[in-house]
Amino acid sequence: MLLIRCPYCEEERPELEFRNAGEAHIARSADIAGESDDDFEKFFFIRSNPKGIIYERWRHMHGCARFFNAVRDTVSDKFLMTYKAGEPKPAKLPGASK
Amino acid sequence: MAKTATRKTVAAAPSAERRAALAGQELSATGVRLAVLPPAERISLRAPEASVAALAKALGVTLPRKPKTSASKAGRTALWLGPDEWLIIDEAGKDPLADCAEVTALHSAVGISHRNIAISVTGPAAAAAVNSGCPQDLSLDAFPMGAASRTILGKVEIVLLRTAEDAFRVECWRSFSDYVFTFLSEATRDAAA
Repeated sequence: MLLIRCPYCEEERPELEFRNAGEAHIARSADIAGESDDDFEKFFFIRSNPKGIIYERWRHMHGCARFFNAVRDTVSDKFLMTYKAGEPKPAKLPGASK
Repeated sequence: MAKTATRKTVAAAPSAERRAALAGQELSATGVRLAVLPPAERISLRAPEASVAALAKALGVTLPRKPKTSASKAGRTALWLGPDEWLIIDEAGKDPLADCAEVTALHSAVGISHRNIAISVTGPAAAAAVNSGCPQDLSLDAFPMGAASRTILGKVEIVLLRTAEDAFRVECWRSFSDYVFTFLSEATRDAAA
């Protein structure tokens, strides 16, 4: 079982307590009604789906119930780091093979 | 007119008898004992940082700020569930909802006394019994006495509180209580074996 560090509980918890909530750092337009159909499609449907490092939202559903962001490697399924919701994308990743 | 009449009837009728789920059920095996605990008053409390002090004063119990901790005083326990969320359990029969009503600071207190039931798991093999469905580390280092956490047991969500080195309080939703008690009964047999 994977252990995922919850930044609010400040410890590693078993993956069964968590839910994935899709890609992180997707900003909703302030003027959503003024968006063109193409831009809205990009915002609403198109995800990066990379092979490698992905920034995701996760929720500690059966714990503190908070949403947070995680950096995960889709190849190794390893969590590189997690950080609180609202914080900017981390500039440096610990242990990233680049 | 009709409205008044209805109200009167309701007020005059005796309040419905409350039947607690699984009331009084018990199970004993080698090393573990399960018991459904008597009804208690419970509230779900959400409050921002600025209101915590006033609420703690009104409730008469500290609201813990550290994850996975609880505080207890005079039959009332406050369990940390999230950064702005607590579960208050009162076993002394006083209503914490009434205490919160006097606080003017911003907060949300919801009575959930009848939503939850509590099961106590006690004995030297208590941790093993709970661990059969709960993936958390329940060693005394990681989950000491007084530690509390929302987590899962088998397929359902529970709130787990360690009341003593070899005693746990499992809070679950009433509608899941049958599942939880049966699950723990099976786990008890396994832990005893």
